[in-house]
Amino acid sequence: MATTATTFDEAVAVSKPTGGARRGRPGLGRVLAWTALGLIMAVTLFPFYWMLRTAFSNGAFLATEPSNLLPVESTWGAFQRVLGLATTEEAQAQAGSGASVSIIRALLNSVLVASLITAGQVFFGAMAAYAFSRLRWPGRNTVFFVFLTALMVPPIFTQLPNFLLMRDLGLLSSYAAIVLPFFFMTPFAIFFLRQFFLGIPREVEEAARLDGAGAVARFFRVILPMASGPLITLTILQYVQAWGEYLWPLLVASDRDHRVLTVALGVFRSQTPQGAPDWAGLMAATLLAALPVVILFAVFSRKIVNSIGFSGIK
Amino acid sequence: MALTSRNARTGSVPLSGQGLRPDVNGSRRERLTALAFIAPALLGFTVFYLWPTLRGLYFSFTEFDFFSPPRWVGLDNYTSMFSDAIFWNAMKVTVQYVVINIGTQTVLALLLAVLLHRLTRSIFVRSVVLLPYLISNVVVALVFYWMLDAQIGITNQVLGWIGLDAIPFFGDQNWAIPTIAFINTWRHLGYTALLLFAGMLMIPGDVYEAGRVDGASEWKMFWRITLPLLRPILALVLVITVIGSFQAFDTVAVTTAGGPGDATRVIQYYIFDLAFQRYQYGYASAVSVVLFLILAAVAFVQLKLMRADESDVA
Repeated sequence: MATTATTFDEAVAVSKPTGGARRGRPGLGRVLAWTALGLIMAVTLFPFYWMLRTAFSNGAFLATEPSNLLPVESTWGAFQRVLGLATTEEAQAQAGSGASVSIIRALLNSVLVASLITAGQVFFGAMAAYAFSRLRWPGRNTVFFVFLTALMVPPIFTQLPNFLLMRDLGLLSSYAAIVLPFFFMTPFAIFFLRQFFLGIPREVEEAARLDGAGAVARFFRVILPMASGPLITLTILQYVQAWGEYLWPLLVASDRDHRVLTVALGVFRSQTPQGAPDWAGLMAATLLAALPVVILFAVFSRKIVNSIGFSGIK
Repeated sequence: MALTSRNARTGSVPLSGQGLRPDVNGSRRERLTALAFIAPALLGFTVFYLWPTLRGLYFSFTEFDFFSPPRWVGLDNYTSMFSDAIFWNAMKVTVQYVVINIGTQTVLALLLAVLLHRLTRSIFVRSVVLLPYLISNVVVALVFYWMLDAQIGITNQVLGWIGLDAIPFFGDQNWAIPTIAFINTWRHLGYTALLLFAGMLMIPGDVYEAGRVDGASEWKMFWRITLPLLRPILALVLVITVIGSFQAFDTVAVTTAGGPGDATRVIQYYIFDLAFQRYQYGYASAVSVVLFLILAAVAFVQLKLMRADESDVA
């Protein structure tokens, strides 16, 4: 769903704080407005707190105090359990299933896969965006338009035949199967970077050209450094996207060795059927799965927030 | 990628007098360089977008169970859709989901965007509301699966405190779809609000100044200024989110797996179900063609609206 929306640093950065932020006048309306905002923020944050609270609870006692705001019989047990550090007896004593889920393995798989996908998308996307924005060649706009239409094809439509392709290539249950379809191109990355490259003045590149720099040198020494901001933004957005991908990795690589975190979490959830799911363990696992993105966000929040813009605005 | 590196290297050798030719189509060397730059993206596009799209279209006219070669059946898959009760149910459920999800999401996001616009410019507030969007669908689904648990979930505990009966959020035919729609509203609210907020920043501040001089209330300014000037952007955001919601899958897969009964078997889950659990690959492809056509229709409306956007804001 994020694929159709694009982002513009400048849209938000350039506009002045004109309309809002009125000072003073602490009327009833303002109090109500702040209350509403506070409420929305509380509802937004509460599930994160509840994840934390449950993860530090002892699963065996969770049902006894379901509404206690603090961890019930607080323990690291759930984390030890999902990280495979607890023995089967220990795990079962805390309402774990005893079956080991290699969350660590899945975590590493996710890091590997998401990093590869992001690196490929951003680098190849930048190359294509450069060709579409700064090099002159016949058919440039036609090809760009064709690439853009790929934005509209729903993923499920290509995923079924892509699954077959992976099967025919004998790549099922491999990292390659998860990575390849996303590695070389995403229309979004090309579109996003092209918009920015178009904004770089021609003179800048012209100077480098007069110094004898060819297209490749100009791309690496002039364009890429100037675009470091959008490149970082795109990297974060695509990493988050790749990290959260579920259906595709589920289709092509759900075996124990290659499953990524999202798939592993799904397996973990279904290992604890009807009776009493290992909620503490599940929340510890989801917390671990959310952690990298939360850290990324803590470091780059300003950049991410400012980059959420709009494909129609310019 | 031998092609890329070879051409890239020749591309970096400067030819004398190259920069002097004002050729629209670029020099031969520039054309070759451009080809090298888009080669990876072109490869990815052909192999993982174009080819699967054509192949998927072909499969939709065949009977294919993965194991024996596809058998051409003409329009059979499409005609049998008419009498397929599960398909129509999936359509109905998906539309229900889209309507509830878009309704709540748009109203709440508008409220949040106005609060962000008129109350505060805080990056912190914006970061907090965006946070859920960055967490993967699977994690979000699991956290709510836990919080909305019929017996010991915190939500039903709170309902108990205020004297209400426990709600079987995922277990009841009538509650399941609204529940899933609300979960996704929680995840996408901040993102949608930030898109609208970015749109609001485009509205010139002096319009509000003038409004205030005329003694208009905030309420009036919202209906007379913000909403009318935001309309084209609002329409675009709507279309983007409608396209996204039609493809709901992850939350359903992790929480209800289509149940209870067929209550949450949304169209995308039905496609997955057909292909990978019932091995009716050809039929699954046909249903995904129909989904594609629906999304294309939505995209067409989007295009119209973008034109409207030009005439409106100029």
